[in-house]
Formats: sequence, structure tokens, C-alpha cells
Amino acid sequence: MKSQLSRTVRALPTLLRIGVAETVAYRAEFIVWILTTTQPLIMMSLWTSVARGGSFKGYDADAFVAYYLATLLVRQLTGNWVAWQMMEEIRMGTMAMRLLRPIHPFVTYTASQVAALPFRSIIALPLVVILLVTSASSGVTHDPMQLAMFPLSIAMAWLITFAILFAIGSLAFFLTQTMAIATLYFGLFSLFSGYLLPLDLLPTPIAKIAAVLPFRFTLSVPVEIITRTLPHGELARLLAAQVAWTVALIAFAVWLWNAGVRRFESVGT
Amino acid sequence: MRKYLRLAAIQLRISLASAMAYRANFLIEGVMATASLGLTLLPLIVLYGVRADVNGWDLPSALVVMAYFTGLRAVLEGLISPSLVDLVERIRSGSFDYVLLKPVDAQAMVSASRYEPWKVFDLLGAIALLIYAFYKRGSAPSPAEIGLGMGLFVAGALAMYALWIVCAAASFWVGRLDNLMYLLGAIFDTGRWPVMVLPGAWRFIFTFVIPIAVMTTFPAMALLGTLKATTALATIGGTFALLVVSRLVWRAAIRSYTSASS
Repeated sequence: MKSQLSRTVRALPTLLRIGVAETVAYRAEFIVWILTTTQPLIMMSLWTSVARGGSFKGYDADAFVAYYLATLLVRQLTGNWVAWQMMEEIRMGTMAMRLLRPIHPFVTYTASQVAALPFRSIIALPLVVILLVTSASSGVTHDPMQLAMFPLSIAMAWLITFAILFAIGSLAFFLTQTMAIATLYFGLFSLFSGYLLPLDLLPTPIAKIAAVLPFRFTLSVPVEIITRTLPHGELARLLAAQVAWTVALIAFAVWLWNAGVRRFESVGT
Repeated sequence: MRKYLRLAAIQLRISLASAMAYRANFLIEGVMATASLGLTLLPLIVLYGVRADVNGWDLPSALVVMAYFTGLRAVLEGLISPSLVDLVERIRSGSFDYVLLKPVDAQAMVSASRYEPWKVFDLLGAIALLIYAFYKRGSAPSPAEIGLGMGLFVAGALAMYALWIVCAAASFWVGRLDNLMYLLGAIFDTGRWPVMVLPGAWRFIFTFVIPIAVMTTFPAMALLGTLKATTALATIGGTFALLVVSRLVWRAAIRSYTSASS
């Protein structure tokens, strides 16, 4: 057990380097993936143009700008395409290569996706600057505690998103139509995570459902932490719930993988 | 011409047969269609729950745009994208060679290579939405408006097809660009809103650069009877121009095709 752990730790720098090389090699693909997450910009324009006629349920134009910029920032930093990567590898049979390595694929996939983060930050940094210097800064919290917890919350949001997509990817061991499930996931995500609309604008019954689902913790929670001023008790409660979801979903994803991999028969040459 | 119609019919029959093989999908697709319609409507419900009018668009007219969006999305996901995803896959695996060898035009062959018949549910949803919107509006469109509205729906579908073909042609040069389709899909999503609701810069982009407005907003205005005749003509002219450009791009792409098979 100990040797496996130390082996994994020793392999990490190499795995990250491979990930960086992959991202650079498929840079056109990577840029397209990044552009697909720019939907919040259009929603932002739409809602600011609506809010110009007077504030909308407590949101004025600046609040909408701050909300959607923060959404775009969190989405850029937490988005990944591990489910698609896995479906492709399972379908093409190249998964066999990955299984031969003495490290759990959860780790190798994580490394491969984490390596894209520096490139994603290139897009994310200008957003932070705009968020801080324009009038949208009035919609950003000044509480030092919340600002300090923001990166932590993003990191957990990353892990939750990754775990869910890893689980969806693992479903490819059982099903052939995994693509439809990924589409379904994105539909649920865009509604219940606050990607489409701030959760407090949703009709009450839907907002109630959103409160108990994990999607909220992949996007809305970090966005709320940076754009609202929350009592510290509330902040602690949100972060604790995020930790719980992170642990539970990673455990579930790894369990699903381990159950599925036994059914894997390599295809290809 | 007859040959191509027969070819399309055969390919449709194959797709229908394979759709029937997965009959359980019938239920799944039905549920998905209803759910995605609800999801599309939600922001609209939230918006018009507070405001009665946004830049001159009330709820029924925005619903008509939404209906056009849903209908076009059904065409996109049922007809255009399955075929083109298929094409990208064939280019990558090299089996596109066999398509080129066949004695029919390759574009016609790939454009109709696969259908998702169950998407017909989304089309039905769009029609239901249209009926509801005009019921809410309290007035039915005149026959002339219906005619123009349907004509522009076809034009919108053709314009969309042209954009997607250009995108697919790009994969001849770049190889791995399947996700370009995702990107176009994400951009197309904006079509659910009347373009006049967006600020000026976006309005310009979505009318002239990526003509999403031409596909949903303008046809909806035709049905609502608020579209100027000149805009209608420009829409149809623009669609033709797009089709011609996409054909040229496709031919150029074919010429530079180098097989990936070994």
C-alpha cells in the first residue's frame, strides 16, 4: 500500500508534464473547448440589458455583470472533458494502455486534466481583472475570510465536477449511449448549478430542488462566496457541505470505475 | 435528382430500422424532449414573470421565437449533426475513401447519412408551443404570414446546414475538430432569445457574422406579421449566399483531402 502511494507521488510530475504536452498538442481543440464555455457572457448581456429598465428581483446591472463574470471564471477553472476522454478511450480500446500502468486511472486522469489549468488561467486572469476594476467590483465581496475561502471552494468545485464526469465516463463500461447521459448531465447542471440563472431567481420549487443536489456546489457556491456577503456561520456551512459532497462523489466515482473496469474487454489492435 | 431522392429514402429507412431496434429510446427521448423544452422555457418564465415587455417583445412573441428555436434544434439534432458527426468520424478513420468512391456527390451522400427519428418529439413540442403562443396572443396568423413563416423556417434550416457543412469541411484540414460542433451548438443556443433583446454589438454579430437571428428571430417575426418585406428578401438571399459559400468551401476541402487510411 505504502509503495503504491509513493509510486503515485513519484509519477505525478511526469504525469503533469504529459498532460501539458497533450494540451499543447491539441491546442485548436483546447481553444474550442474553452470557447464553448462562454455562454455566461451572452446571458450577462441579456440580463444587464433587462436590468437597465430598473433592478430585477434585487439584481441591478452591476450585480448581473459580477454574477456572470464570476460564473464564467469558476466555469473556466472547473470545467473538464474527462467523460469524453474516457468514452473515446473505452470505445477505441486505448484504455488498455492506461490499465497496464501501476497507478489508479483516477489519478492519471486527474493529472491530465489538472495540467490544463495553467492554460485555462490565461483566460481566467483577464476576467478577474475586469471583475475587480470595472463597476462590477461593487458586486464583489470585501470580506477577507470569503476571499480567502474562494480558491478553496473552487478547488472543491473542480473535484466535484471531475468526480461526476469521471463517473459518467465510467458508465461507458456498462452502456453504449453514454453521450446522451453527458448531455443530460449538462442540462441538469446548467439549470441547478446557477450557470443559466442565479439560483435565487429560479421559481421556488426548483430552487428547493437545487438546494439538495450536488450541482450547486460545482458552481453557484464559489460564485456566491465571491459575490455575496455571507455571515461566517453560513460560509462554514456551505464549505462543510462542499467537503461532504467532494468526499462522497469521489468515493462513488472510484467505486463505479472499479465495478465497471471488470467488464472491460479491450477492442482494437 | 430522382437518384438522390431514392438515396435519401434508403438512408432514412436504415436509420428508422436502427431506431426501432432501440425501442426503449422512444421513452427516453420523449422524456428528454419534454425536459429540454421545460429547461429552455424556464429563463423566459423567470424574465416575463417580472417584466411584461423587454425591448418591445412580450411573452407570446418571445414564445414564438422559442418555438422556432426548438424546431430548428430538432432539425439540427435529428438530421444535420448526426450526419456530420458521422462524417468527422469517417475522415478520421479513413473510411471516407469509400464515400468518395461511390458514383454520387459526396456532399449529398454524407449530408443525409444518419437521422435520429425520435427528435420528431422536439418538433411536436415546437408546434405545441407555437399554438400556445398564438392562443396567448389572442390572434391567429394570416395564411400569408403562415406561408412566409414556414418558408423562412426552411431557409433557416438551410442556413444552419450551410454553417455546419463549413464547420465539417474544416475537419478535412484540422483533423480533430469534432468539438467544433459543440461550439456551434453552444452559439446556436443564443437563438432562443429574440435578437432585439440583446445589446447592439451582439445584435450585429448574430445577424451578420454568425446569422443565428436569421434562423430564429426573423422567421418568428414573419409569423407574427412584423417582418419587413425587404428583411424577408434579404434573409432568403443571405441563405442562398451561405449555401453557395458552403458548397465552395466543401469542394476546396475535398480537393485537399488526403486519406487517413493506411
